Amino acid sequence: MANKIPRVPVREQDPKVRATNFDEVCYGYNKEEALLEASRCLNCKNPRCMTACPVGLQIPRFIAELAVGNIEGAAAVIAEDSSLPAVCGRVCPQETQCEGSCILGVKGEPVAIGKLERFVADYTRMGDAAGSASEPVRDSEYPAIPLEGVQEVKTPSPGAKRVAVIGSGPAGLACASDLAKWGYDVTIFEALHKAGGVLEYGIPEFRLPKDKVLRHEVDAVRELGVKIETNVIVGRTITIDSLMDKEGFQAVFIGTGAGLPKFMNIPGENLCGVFSANEFLTRNNLMKAWREDYLTPIHAGKKVCVVGGGNVAMDAARTALRLGAEVHIVYRRTEAELPARREEVHHAIEEGIIFDMLTNPVEVIGDERGWVKALKCIKMELGEPDESGRRSPVPIEGSEFEIPTETVIMALGTSPNPLISRTTQGLDTNKRGCLVANEEGATTRPGVFAGGDAVTGAATVILAMGAGRTAAKAIDAYLKQ
Amino acid sequence: MLTPTICRMEVEAPRLAAAAQPGQFLIVRADEKGERIPLTISDFDVKRGTVTIVTQKIGASSSDIIAYEPGEAFADVVGPLGLPSEFVSMAPEKLSQQRYILIAGGVGTAPVYPQAKWLKEHGVPVDVIIGAKTKDLLIYVEEMRGVCDNLFVCTDDGSEGFHGMGTNMLEHVVSEGHQYTQAVIIGPMIMMKFTTLTCKKLGIPAIVSLNSLMVDGTGMCGACRVSVGGKTRFACVEGPEFDGYEVDFDLAMRRQGQYKAEEAEANEKHVCKIGRGK
Repeated sequence: MANKIPRVPVREQDPKVRATNFDEVCYGYNKEEALLEASRCLNCKNPRCMTACPVGLQIPRFIAELAVGNIEGAAAVIAEDSSLPAVCGRVCPQETQCEGSCILGVKGEPVAIGKLERFVADYTRMGDAAGSASEPVRDSEYPAIPLEGVQEVKTPSPGAKRVAVIGSGPAGLACASDLAKWGYDVTIFEALHKAGGVLEYGIPEFRLPKDKVLRHEVDAVRELGVKIETNVIVGRTITIDSLMDKEGFQAVFIGTGAGLPKFMNIPGENLCGVFSANEFLTRNNLMKAWREDYLTPIHAGKKVCVVGGGNVAMDAARTALRLGAEVHIVYRRTEAELPARREEVHHAIEEGIIFDMLTNPVEVIGDERGWVKALKCIKMELGEPDESGRRSPVPIEGSEFEIPTETVIMALGTSPNPLISRTTQGLDTNKRGCLVANEEGATTRPGVFAGGDAVTGAATVILAMGAGRTAAKAIDAYLKQ
Repeated sequence: MLTPTICRMEVEAPRLAAAAQPGQFLIVRADEKGERIPLTISDFDVKRGTVTIVTQKIGASSSDIIAYEPGEAFADVVGPLGLPSEFVSMAPEKLSQQRYILIAGGVGTAPVYPQAKWLKEHGVPVDVIIGAKTKDLLIYVEEMRGVCDNLFVCTDDGSEGFHGMGTNMLEHVVSEGHQYTQAVIIGPMIMMKFTTLTCKKLGIPAIVSLNSLMVDGTGMCGACRVSVGGKTRFACVEGPEFDGYEVDFDLAMRRQGQYKAEEAEANEKHVCKIGRGK
């Protein structure tokens, strides 16, 4: 009986060891493990997993191919719907999507869909080495502009309609891939010097290896014929108006994400040693501060407090830990309400991150040199549920106390960057600064579409990819009019 | 090289050159392992598709930039960043009533140049003060003379021009009867702080250009946050120019030095590429 086999555990780096390095935490399945796990899938007639996937990945179909050992076939099924399987297999919140809907999960453990997706992608890229203890990537260098590593590049047919995609994160890559597959001439404009958006600057190496995994998936998008121009800031270097009026783009997709960090607006927040998680992670991920051979400075110190409870907070905390600090997560609700992916919380606890729950900062206290010396917090208790259904935290009067710390990292969420909306005529935003777009991704300006965090506010990689694909369909329909 | 430690470079970047305005800056990265360094734009030529930058050797990354020879390429150049100077979007009738004094300190002279040039081209009266520690550190003197009505040069040690600092020079110029409606001050943070105080004393509104620490330059990291009028602002997208009267310079200076310890360590380890024979 297929469902009598327990879920195949995945091998991981020992927590004590990995707390001191930036190599990937999870090794992933090898072929034997993957085939065994694939055999657990019941191949349901009404696959709830597929409905729960924001990109509609044909999950039972790819797992069925994998179960019979046809890994190439499985990869082809995945490629129909996703250009970033090695990424999604690693960073999706499977427990609330595909795996959360798996029928096997009702009584036992759901099929490890994420790990299987990751295996198919890893095997396609590295063959039998997939699932083996990863060789640390140390000295490989990947130039941002040349098409190195790209195999055959498909070229769009002459006269193909041109689409500009702004932002090379998950939304932009997904949108560009679909449009290129359908024969459009697509150029992605990226503000930073490397493509990938949040996958490059936000998610750390130990969760998503850059050279080994991300570069490969970005190259796969380029192989479809998508051009990527880095170092172009739409809203500064060029505008949407100039792209459409002067450079001959007939449609534009805005996938610029939510990149503006939020602060708490408490006293002492501008002291030296208080950073946004964005700054801390960008220095470490995009600018590779963790590597001795890069010039980027980063400051963690001996003790770090990370404020917030989402994936970004976990990433910042685990990064600071690897840089040698004792790390506290300061969160105003309880562990049950942490919005981070389960696996990240679990990994963080295993690695020795200290969780200070029901604790809310009220002030950052500095020393005479203007550097952080402590974080003053107040104890909280859970009150009545708020509109999100979560019980809202209420401060306990008189319970203020200080946590001595050298560094404070604010991981309170992000909001969309207003650079584009402020420099483009006829593009409406709502009061949270998000672009206004309909279900198909059409904005208030004809020919301009948007999707991902730029529209919804900060969410997940896979929701952004789903929005990118939806908008690609709408762009196709618009250009065929 | 303008001086032994200050270097001027013309960089090919057509899209950037076409979009640049006075007051804006750009970010360069020398090579794959270097930092993203914000530099003010000291000139731009739309026809040639180039921008000019001036940089002073400070840390490991900036000395790598200076080591570049003509014909070589940076790994990355991105911009223009920040908002253009206030006068660029000022109504003509308001602009015509202005009398500008631009006060430049050291390497800050370079970004003052396109501002003077713009004002001169638009027929706005503009005088310039260039100050430096000593004669050898004066830059852009001849270029500046061509784009302003009166140029005043001063050195701290008196080796060239007026003997004294920019603040003394400004007081002297005003005491001689020159009148201004607006000052723009660009230079080291400490110089901007004290020159703003002098402007306040003389009743001249002062705009300063804050060269804060930055990573991305697009509003993403918040490293550049400064306090202006008690409010936190991001120098990269809301600046770099702010009302000097409102800026908390002491905080800005402390924040600017945030990575000094780490940088000193990097400098020690860094193998300097100057004179690498290519």
